[in-house]
Amino acid sequence: MRSTSHRPVLLTRGLAVTAALALAALTACGGASTDGGAAAAPGQSGFNPPALKAATSVGAGEGQVNLVAWAGYAEDGSNDPKVDWVHPFEKATGCKVNTKVAGTSDEMVNLMKTGEYDAVSASGDASLRLIASGAAAPVNTDLVPNYKDVFDGLKLKPWNSVNGVAYGVPHGRGANLLMWRTDAVTPAPDSWGVVFDPASPYKGKVTAYDSPIYIADAALYLMSAKPELGIKNPYALDDAQFQAAVDLLKEQRQIVGEYWSDYTKEIQAFKGGDTVVGTTWQVIANLAKAEKAPVEVTLPKEGSTGWSDTWMVAADAKHPNCAYKWLDWIISPTANAQVAEWFGEAPANAKACEKTSDPSFCDTFHATDEEYFSKVRFWTTPIAQCLDGRADVKCKDYSEWTRAWTEIKG
Amino acid sequence: MTTSAAVGRTGPRARVAAFLHRHARVRLSLLLSAPLAWLGLAYLGALAALFVTAFWSTDTFTGDLVRTFTWANFHDLVTGDVYRTIALRSLGVAVAVTLIDLIIAFPMAFAMAKLASPRAQRWLVILVLTPLWASYLVKAYAWRVMLSSEGLLGWGYGLGATIATLSYLWLPYMILPIYAGLERLPNSLLDAAGDLGARGWRTFRTVVWPLSFPAVVAGSIFTFSLSLGDYITVKIVGGKSQLIGNVVYDNIGAANNLPFAAAVATVPVVIMLAYLAAVRRTGALENL
Repeated sequence: MRSTSHRPVLLTRGLAVTAALALAALTACGGASTDGGAAAAPGQSGFNPPALKAATSVGAGEGQVNLVAWAGYAEDGSNDPKVDWVHPFEKATGCKVNTKVAGTSDEMVNLMKTGEYDAVSASGDASLRLIASGAAAPVNTDLVPNYKDVFDGLKLKPWNSVNGVAYGVPHGRGANLLMWRTDAVTPAPDSWGVVFDPASPYKGKVTAYDSPIYIADAALYLMSAKPELGIKNPYALDDAQFQAAVDLLKEQRQIVGEYWSDYTKEIQAFKGGDTVVGTTWQVIANLAKAEKAPVEVTLPKEGSTGWSDTWMVAADAKHPNCAYKWLDWIISPTANAQVAEWFGEAPANAKACEKTSDPSFCDTFHATDEEYFSKVRFWTTPIAQCLDGRADVKCKDYSEWTRAWTEIKG
Repeated sequence: MTTSAAVGRTGPRARVAAFLHRHARVRLSLLLSAPLAWLGLAYLGALAALFVTAFWSTDTFTGDLVRTFTWANFHDLVTGDVYRTIALRSLGVAVAVTLIDLIIAFPMAFAMAKLASPRAQRWLVILVLTPLWASYLVKAYAWRVMLSSEGLLGWGYGLGATIATLSYLWLPYMILPIYAGLERLPNSLLDAAGDLGARGWRTFRTVVWPLSFPAVVAGSIFTFSLSLGDYITVKIVGGKSQLIGNVVYDNIGAANNLPFAAAVATVPVVIMLAYLAAVRRTGALENL
């Protein structure tokens, strides 16, 4: 899975994120239902995390810090000599960085459980599991000076906090967009309906993301297409809502040409015209355009799903001071700009936009556009206890999402 | 030098050597213990672990294994229509790939073994092996480009594309055993058949095919088992279809449901065992 091409990070991450999501979701769900049933805070994760205390001060560095990170999140120049925000950190703080790259969220959770690591870049599916299992401690954001410059749209969200307590600092974010070929799809679509219409004129040339989490995309579309279902959160689906989303996807399968899971495959499909419309990421659209494919992307009127990662600190970190220094460093304007550009996502720090090497980077990725991201429902692990706060029904957890995805694909 | 030789003859090493020399069975068991331990622990042990895991379940909250016996995974596997469909589809793909490879490989191997000059033979073997030096992914993506609607072939993606790509990928594994088998077939037998009045087809049916059958079986075991376990090619050129391997992959990678993945993984093992048992009845395995 390690990529060797000039943009190594993306492929790995695409697969990893999917896998991670799936895993995390699975685990997070079941537990919540058993332990946290009593205290379902509406709109929040709905479980009671172990009582852990956040740090109250950051002292001198311990000389090193052990990180678990996605590929591309802690670059030390070994992939590209120009891409290096680890050595400057070591120089500034005296904390030597030992990075363990994890391929999936599940691997991240397991690595964090070993107790050998101090901090982790967890996706929305892993973060809840880490919190619930007591592997991650609350983060005192007052000790992270750069936190004040993080976009408000990323602070204290269900995937990085519980009951108003922050469990990490946001790293960046991205949306799952609708992409189409301008020469084949007219008029320009502004709704996900174009990929869900069974009578679509683009039959056989529609693509969808190959992961159980894509069920949330169908649920999101149903929120506006079938309001009578009463879906409030695409990651909290009861039996009837879930069945409606699955039925919609089974219907969609008739018009799908192929499901994509890595970016090379999708770029090539759009470039060659085998796929003319479907879901994508901003960075894929940029690469496809760079290869002269006539494509456009939009955030449809229904909104979209998306992803956002969080840097968290281990509950039993051996180097907590260096971990806090790293958290502050990775969301500092310069480092956050570097990582966002290398990875292809919107930075978390508002001031990072002044530091990007491409002056229009933040506009391209809509980094400062809160209205844009207000329409994005970030990936969260579906758990048996409904994330939208309903206490009278049980929601489908991620293991059921995974089974359903196999059935949808037939 | 004399002292060391004398010591060597009476020292512990010499005594061990003498003991082993007299006891052939001990010698043999010592020689075989390392490879047998490897086979038993690393290979059969892993298979056994797979079977045992298939009867466990996962705790959906922590993702940890729950080590209590349950039939649930196999129950889901047998009662779910989707899994039967996927298993039959995978079987169909494996059979199709094996037949296509056989049809292409046999004439090619025959030409290499019987018609080409010894010098040309060496070059042909090298040429057949050359594609194996290129990465699997590179070849699969090359087929993706060729099959794309604007590509050289332009067939589009799907099950047919998967079969074509797998047939290409595994062709050398079919050619080489058949070539080796045919090379051992004495030319004099072909001449004798001709002298006795047999034409081409009859010679093939009564002489060449029966004698090369074990080699064909060997090749088919490769192509069949490799196709049955594949999940990457179908992801790249399979359009929206999925095979057994994808279900295993999704349950490990995405769902962290190792026990269910193990249960699914027993399906190709059972199919392969049935295939080997059928082959064994023909007696081809004894002549390999």
